[in-house]
Amino acid sequence: MTFDHVTLDHFLPVIFMSLMGFAMLVYVILDGYDLGVGLLLPRASDDEKDMMISSIGPFWDANETWLVLGVGILLIAFPKAYGVVLTALYLPVTAMLCGLILRGVAFEFRVKGKAHHKQLWNHAFFGGSLLASMAQGWMLGRYITGLAPDTAFLVFAALVALALPAAYVLLGASWLILKTEGALQIKALHWARMAWPAVAVGMLLISLATPWVSVTVRERWFTLPAFFVLLPIPLSTVAALFELAFCLRGERSASHASHIPIMLSAYIMMMGFFGLAYSIYPFVVMDRITLWQAAAAPASLKFILVGVAVTVPMIGAYTIFAYRTFSGKATKLHYG
Amino acid sequence: MDALVLSRLQFAANMTFHILFPAITIGLGWALLLFRWRWLKTKDSAWLTAYRFWTQVFAISFGLGVVSGLTMSFQFGTNWPGFMERVGNIAGPLLGYEVLTAFFLEASFLGVMLFGQSRVSERVHLAATFLVAIGTTISAFWILALNSWMQTPQGYEIINGEFYARSWLQIIFNPSFPFRLVHMLLASSLTVCFLLAGVSAWQILRRRANASTGRVFRTAVTAAAIIIPIQIFVGDLHGLNTLEYQPQKIAAIEGIWHTEHDVPLLLFAMPNERAQTNKYAFGIPDGSSLILTHSLHGEVRGLDQFPNAHPPVAPLFWAFRIMVGTAMLMLAASWLAVWLLRKLAPEDLPRPLLRLFAAMSFAGWLATVAGWYVTEVGRQPFIVYGLLRISEIQARVPASHVAVTLVAYLAIYLFLILAYIGVIRYLAEKPAADEAPLIGAVGADGSTLEVRT
Repeated sequence: MTFDHVTLDHFLPVIFMSLMGFAMLVYVILDGYDLGVGLLLPRASDDEKDMMISSIGPFWDANETWLVLGVGILLIAFPKAYGVVLTALYLPVTAMLCGLILRGVAFEFRVKGKAHHKQLWNHAFFGGSLLASMAQGWMLGRYITGLAPDTAFLVFAALVALALPAAYVLLGASWLILKTEGALQIKALHWARMAWPAVAVGMLLISLATPWVSVTVRERWFTLPAFFVLLPIPLSTVAALFELAFCLRGERSASHASHIPIMLSAYIMMMGFFGLAYSIYPFVVMDRITLWQAAAAPASLKFILVGVAVTVPMIGAYTIFAYRTFSGKATKLHYG
Repeated sequence: MDALVLSRLQFAANMTFHILFPAITIGLGWALLLFRWRWLKTKDSAWLTAYRFWTQVFAISFGLGVVSGLTMSFQFGTNWPGFMERVGNIAGPLLGYEVLTAFFLEASFLGVMLFGQSRVSERVHLAATFLVAIGTTISAFWILALNSWMQTPQGYEIINGEFYARSWLQIIFNPSFPFRLVHMLLASSLTVCFLLAGVSAWQILRRRANASTGRVFRTAVTAAAIIIPIQIFVGDLHGLNTLEYQPQKIAAIEGIWHTEHDVPLLLFAMPNERAQTNKYAFGIPDGSSLILTHSLHGEVRGLDQFPNAHPPVAPLFWAFRIMVGTAMLMLAASWLAVWLLRKLAPEDLPRPLLRLFAAMSFAGWLATVAGWYVTEVGRQPFIVYGLLRISEIQARVPASHVAVTLVAYLAIYLFLILAYIGVIRYLAEKPAADEAPLIGAVGADGSTLEVRT
């Protein structure tokens, strides 16, 4: 009995770490595509802008909620790390929030306000998306390097701050390939092709830089049995990248296979995420605080675990319901 | 100013900005469900017109609520990391349940409610509208459970300075929770009643009224006239509950410096913290004793019994009077309107009354925010009442960082409040022909005006 009890208490933080990772991964993919659409907005004509925004209209509120869940689990399950991480990332967090606020309101105001203000709100939508995605990249870079104030680490964070928006552009363009037709879809193919090299180079550099900046990461990847077990992660990512490049080249994805690019892009993000998760585990703050040190009391975790077990499947169900309701090519949205 | 004061200002600014939008969406969600249901029952297209118009206001308010709420979820950590380190075992799960049971529910079905009427059946669409409304209310349930627990904590134990949960039922259903939840839900309903009535009055004054305008006005004013007396009754119960558990908050609200019998109800005064007296005091003899002890000569405990542990007096004293004064004005305006509406159509009401309603469009915001200041400032100097002081939990962030971000937030918030009110006014004045605006192209094509069933 005692043994079982100890085991559950030991695994509770692991369960919540996995859940936080899951929420963050879902956030990066889902809000990633709509942030990417925001980043692409200046490249489209006025009619196309409306269509692009229509394609994300029914989804963006729920997409952003995954970030609340992700940071919420950090707060619920790892209260001690929550304070440390958010204090260290005080300024970029503020920048990201300002970006997300601007973007969220621009979405609502651009069609409801006066017509001549629409351009202004379009700019706010782009600017907010750019600020939020760069701030997220910067925070990711700082987080991977354990929030340490080293010049090399800051350069690394700057690199990630450029790479993440590129990944979002790829997701956004792939989303548009799925949801649009005709000239806009051809444009989206072109945008995805433009983002591809930046994403490939970014992922390569991050993969090389992470073990370089952190001894822990180096040891975790480059020991012998582990290295071969882990090999499928980078290999399948490379394969997916080349498959994606092939897809984007032809007109094939414009017709019956328009869902392939978004699936490959999501797969690439997922593999990047698994690589990072493996590098960081079991730390909540790299090399400083493990998830057991930061965890909340087992009684609190058990109380919330009941809610998680009941609600997460439900959340999954109505997320699927929402996406099915608005499946197929995007149409111009109207109320009612 | 030091980092603590700046952090508090920043958090107060965020809370104030955030609460404006839930205060609207909680009540408006149910109003929309009513409009939607009336349309289904009566097939009177005025209800659908009302539903479509107010759906737009809901969408903007919801969007602002989401982004400002997102800010909140980060600011617990950026501004008060010590709070989660000490109280995380209790606050965390309550916030977690809010995200899990409310946020996803409302955000997922909002898309269906806003844009899905032509894609799902009438009943599914009605259900989506219901789920959004219930989602906003569940959200209020959890956040008020946490807030009330911070005011009247129970069901916890403290080991090495850290709080641990002993009974979740006691934590959630703490002594002030039922009063605070009902008070807030009614406050949100009143906020929405006056917004609906105010915007409708504005449309009548500007000759932009359509078939739905009068109906919305009548519904809103009638609801307000019924809800305000209930709210005053609940507010009184809430006050008595506060007197029992947080007597110094009441003492500060009433400006009672010294424990006394036959305490007057002050209508006006300038509380002076240093001299511990009120200047220019003017009040009703024995009024406070009557309200607080339900006896003319009852004894009320004064601030002198709580050295170093009572809130600042002037802000509470004034915020409370702003809240109550607004409520009295709401009572007078709504009862007068209901009386006149027995014989008159809303369009024929006296113009000064319509102007008063238009001016009171956001009166609910004033009363709600003032009420929150009473309850939150009234908890000072504690963050968890009687147990944890706010000075113990502040962030270890340089004051300059807090100052810079405070300015950034304030600038954005001010701009957004102006934009929000401006857009509602613009929507209200737009000719009826554009009433089903596209998210896509502005300038609707005829097909979008068809009623889809």
